[in-house]
Amino acid sequence: MFSLMIVDDSNIIRSKIHRAHDRQRFHVVAVAKDGAEAVKLFQDSQPQVVTMDLTMPNMDGIACIETLAELNPEVLILVVSALSDQATGIEALEKGASGFLLKPFSEEQLREALDELTEHLDD
Amino acid sequence: MTEDKLQIFIDGVSRYFEHTEGNDLRVGTPYLAANSEPVSMDYTGIIGVSGSSKGCVYFTAPKAMLKHMILSLGEPDTSEANMVDLVGEVANTISGNARRELGKEFMISVPVVVSGTPSRVHLPADLRSYVVPATWRSYHAAVVICLQR
Repeated sequence: MFSLMIVDDSNIIRSKIHRAHDRQRFHVVAVAKDGAEAVKLFQDSQPQVVTMDLTMPNMDGIACIETLAELNPEVLILVVSALSDQATGIEALEKGASGFLLKPFSEEQLREALDELTEHLDD
Repeated sequence: MTEDKLQIFIDGVSRYFEHTEGNDLRVGTPYLAANSEPVSMDYTGIIGVSGSSKGCVYFTAPKAMLKHMILSLGEPDTSEANMVDLVGEVANTISGNARRELGKEFMISVPVVVSGTPSRVHLPADLRSYVVPATWRSYHAAVVICLQR
């Protein structure tokens, strides 16, 4: 089972990811409403996988990805965002993200994206 | 604004509603409206735009529609906080879709949500906005685009 942290400024999206993740494979260890809170929670919760919004107050997703990847280069970060331009996607990958899921998304799309992200890991 | 550019915003709102139950959004004929009387309903999610275009894009909807949408998304909590959250997310999706089409120079802010008082939506008085009417179930909402190059 993989440990999961959810980072999104939308309560509805946080709740949706919480409901939709595969409980057989993922265990939610932390939930953050912006990048700054995510960095604080990351050290204590040590998630293996993070879902990350990009447009957030305080610290945006790109800066947060960079910080989390520095703290733990092994962490798998799935960007979950309405921002879908190529430049943003490339920047997120360069900073340390491993995958991208476009908002809005279905529960099935989320599960597929998380499965794809972790398919090479042993749980 | 060109027809193609306007279509980008119509596609954005359509894309959001693809994930609601029934996916039955109907988009009406866009029209120009004076900024002196902005179109505004119970909750309005506003995205500031800078860079290649300047102004704002907003999604405005009645409370009953947002409550129904929240439930159709599978979320049982229809509190005011979640209505504020939802109207901001719709605006964010519309502008995010526009950024994909218009490039990273189309810079967008985090959503700001205005609730309750239509007079609090302030737009440049010397400009006009494009209003895209949208009907979901029996509810009427709108996407408003106020941009200058």
